[in-house]
Amino acid sequence: MLDFPKWKTWSMWATVVLCLLLALPNALAPSTLALIPDGLPKSQLPLGLDLRGGSHLMLEATALDVEKAKLESLEDTVRGELRSAEGGAIAITDLSLNRGRLTFTVTDLARVDQAISLLNKATAPLGVGNAREVEISRGSVPGQVIVTPTAAGIAAAIDGAMAQAVEVIRKRIDELGTREPTIVRQGKTRIVVQVPGLQDPEALKALLGKTAKLEFKLVDTAADPEEVAQGRAPPGSQILTSQEGGQVVVKRRAIITGDQLVDSQVSTDQNGAPAVSFRFDSSGGRRFAQATTENVGKPFAIILDGMVISAPNINEPILGGSGIIMGNYTVQSANELAILLRSGKLPVELKVVEERTVGPDLGADSIKAGIIASIVAVLAVAGLMIMTYGRFGVYSVIALAINVLMILGIMSAAGFTLTLPGIAGMVLTIGAAVDANVLINERIREEQRKGRGVIASVETGFKEASRTIWDANSLNIIVAIIMFLFGSGPIKGFAVVLSIGIATSVFTAVTIVRWMVARWLTNARPATLSI
Amino acid sequence: MPLKLVPDNTNIGFVKLRFIAFALTLALTIGAGALLAVRGLNLGVDFVGGLTMQVEFAQPPALDTLRGRVDRVGVGDSALQEFGNDRTILIRLPLPEGEEGAVQRVVGKVRTALEQDYKGVKFARVESVSGKVSDELITDGLWAVGLSMLFVALFTWFRFEWYFGVSTVVALVHDVVVTMGFFALTQLEFDLNIVAAVLTIIGYSLNDKVVIDDRIRENLRKYRQMDIKQIIDLSVNETLPRTVMTSVTLLAALIALLFLGPEVIFGFTAAMVLGIVVGTYSSIFVSSSLLITLGVKQRAAGSEDARAKGAERIG
Repeated sequence: MLDFPKWKTWSMWATVVLCLLLALPNALAPSTLALIPDGLPKSQLPLGLDLRGGSHLMLEATALDVEKAKLESLEDTVRGELRSAEGGAIAITDLSLNRGRLTFTVTDLARVDQAISLLNKATAPLGVGNAREVEISRGSVPGQVIVTPTAAGIAAAIDGAMAQAVEVIRKRIDELGTREPTIVRQGKTRIVVQVPGLQDPEALKALLGKTAKLEFKLVDTAADPEEVAQGRAPPGSQILTSQEGGQVVVKRRAIITGDQLVDSQVSTDQNGAPAVSFRFDSSGGRRFAQATTENVGKPFAIILDGMVISAPNINEPILGGSGIIMGNYTVQSANELAILLRSGKLPVELKVVEERTVGPDLGADSIKAGIIASIVAVLAVAGLMIMTYGRFGVYSVIALAINVLMILGIMSAAGFTLTLPGIAGMVLTIGAAVDANVLINERIREEQRKGRGVIASVETGFKEASRTIWDANSLNIIVAIIMFLFGSGPIKGFAVVLSIGIATSVFTAVTIVRWMVARWLTNARPATLSI
Repeated sequence: MPLKLVPDNTNIGFVKLRFIAFALTLALTIGAGALLAVRGLNLGVDFVGGLTMQVEFAQPPALDTLRGRVDRVGVGDSALQEFGNDRTILIRLPLPEGEEGAVQRVVGKVRTALEQDYKGVKFARVESVSGKVSDELITDGLWAVGLSMLFVALFTWFRFEWYFGVSTVVALVHDVVVTMGFFALTQLEFDLNIVAAVLTIIGYSLNDKVVIDDRIRENLRKYRQMDIKQIIDLSVNETLPRTVMTSVTLLAALIALLFLGPEVIFGFTAAMVLGIVVGTYSSIFVSSSLLITLGVKQRAAGSEDARAKGAERIG
C-alpha cells in the first residue's frame, strides 16, 4: 500500500483540485463572480426555499379537463373542415360533446363518406409511424359520425397542454417581476412553481389559478325563456352565468377568442373607471370586424373563463381590431386581467394541490442556527478524532474538510439545490467518512496489539477495513438510490447529498488518507506508531 | 497516550446475555408497536393533508385564548402546538373543501383575526397539502422504506448468507419500530423529513451490522475449530472500539445539531440520535446473537471464501 504510482497521486489530487475549483464560486461575492470568464466554473450552489424563504406551489391539471379541451379543439376542426369541404359546406346538426367523444349528424346522407374521409385526412398523424390521435366512425343513427380521441391522442394532448401551461405560467410570473422562478413539470399532470423571496403567494396564486380563456360569442336572442329557466338551451347554444347576475344564452360557437390577442393594457372607460383594453392581431381584427359588421344591432357576450362579463349591443362595426372590457374593475383587478390576457390562456385549469411558504426571516434564522450547529458539530468530531488517533486523526480531519468541499463543488456544478435535509445529509456523510477512518484506525490498533510491525499493521489495517467499508457503503448507496427514486421533496434532496457524499467520503477517507499515511511512513520511517 | 473509549482486550460475554437481550428487544418492539397502535403518530400535513401555519408572536400567547380566537374564525377545528419556544405556535387546520383559493382565504381570515388581537404577529411559514398529494406521499414513503429493507436483505444474503440477511432485517425492523414508537410517545410531528431520518437510521444501523458480520465471517474462516458462540463474542468485542467510537462521534455531532440547530430539523435530529442509540444496541446485542438461533454453520461461511475475494480489491 505504500507504493503510490505517480499517475495515481496526480489523478487523485487533480480530482480534488477540480472539485475545489467547482466549490470556489460559493466563497466569492457576486461582483467578483462577474469577473470570471465564461467557460470557467462560476455557478454557486443555490439554497432551497426552506433556507432562503419563498413560495413553493404544486399545481395539478385534471386529465379530464385536458380531454375536454381536446374535444373542444376537435369541434373547431370539424366545423372548419366541413365548412370548407369541396363542393360546398357539408351541413351538420346535433353537434355535441359527451362521454369523452364528439358526435354530430350529417344532414345530407350522401355526403357522410366525404365528411369522414375529410376528417380522417385532417386528423392524420404527423410523421410516419405515429399512432392516430383520433378515431372517426359511424354512429348507429344514419348520418351520425362519432369522433373519439385515442389513448395516444389523449396522452399527446395532455403532454402538449402541460408544456404550453408551463410557458404561460412563466410569462405570468415574469409579469409579476419576481426573480429566478423555477417552473418545472412533474409527472404527467403537475407543475411545480418555486419563487424564492416571495412571502405572500396570494398574488401569484391569483394569477395561476385562472385559465383566462377569453371568448366573444353572439347572444342567442331567439331562445325560449321558459326552456332556459329549466336549464335547457336550444341546439347550438349554451347557458352561461353572468357576472352581473342572471343567465345569458349564447351561441356555442365563438366569434373570436383570446388566442388572437396581441396586447392588453389597463385603461379607463368613458366614466373614468378602470377597464381593460385589448388589441387583436391582424387576422383576428379582420374577423372581429366582419362579425361585428354582420351583427350590428345584436348583443354579443364577452366571456372570461365561462362567465359572462358583459353583453353589450353592437352599435356599429368595430373595425380597428381593438376594444375595451368594462366590468366593475379596480385598478388592481384590471391590471391582473390585463396580465392574464397578455400572457395567453392556460390550456387547462390548474389547481393548487400543495403549497409551502417560508418567510425570509425564518429562512435566515435557520441558516444561522444551521451554521453555528454545524461548526460545533465539526469541532466535536475533529476534537474526538484527533484526541483518539493523534496524527491519524489529523489526517482524517483534513480528509473530512476536503470531503465537505468536494460535496459542495459537485453539487454546485451539477446544479443541485441545498436544502435543510441536504445539510442533514451532509452531516451524515461526515459520519460515514468518520466511520471509515475509525474502522481503519481501530484495525491498525488491533494489528499492533497482535505484535505486528508498523508497516504490516498499517497495511493489514487498510486492507481489512477497506472490505468492510466497501460492503457498508454499497448498502448505503442502495438505500440512497431507493430514496431518490421513491422519495419526494425533502427525501430526494437528502438522497442526492447522501449519494454524492458516500462517493466522496470513501474517496477522501480511504484513498486520500492512505496517501497521506504512505507519504509519512516513507519519509519519516517511524519505529513505533502512536495510535 | 491516545484516548481509548474501550480498553484493550475487552471481553464481554454478549452471547451469554442474549436471552435477556432478546426479551428486552421483544418488549421494546411490542411496547413501541402498542404505542403506535394506541396513541398513533402525530402525522404532519405531508401525510394527512391540511394546513399548517407557523406563527410568531411578540409575547407568548395564552394557548386557550388563542385556540378560542382561531375557532371563532370558523374555519374548522384547530390544533395548536408550541414550536421551539413559547412565542412560536404551529396552528394546524383541516384543508378547506372545494375550490383553489380556499386555502388562501382561510389563511387570510386567520391572519386578519390574529393581527387584530395580537400586535406584531408574524406568519413565518404556511404549508398546505391536499388529500390526494398526501396519500401519494404516504405511498411513496412506504415504498421507499419497504424497498430499502428488501434490497438490504437481498444484498446481505448475496454478500454473506441468508441468516445474516434475516438477522439484519429483524434488527432493522426493531430499530424502525422503536424509533416510530418514540414519535408516538412524544407526539413530535411525523413528516417527510422524519421518513428521511428513518431511512438514514436504517443506513447507519446497517453499517454497524455489516461491520460485525464481516468480522464474524473473517473469524469463522480464521478459527475453524472455535465454538460459534466464542466466535461471535470475539467478533463483537473486536469491533466494539469501532462501534463505540463511531457512535460517540456521530452522537456528538448530532447533539450539537439537536440543541443548537434550527428548529425545523429538531424532529429529524431527535430521530437520528435515538436511532443511533437503538441501532448500536441492536447491532451489539441482537443481530449477531440471533445468528446462533438461526444456526449459522462454520462450513457455510468457509465456502464464502471465493465470493468474498472479489471485494478485496478496493482501497
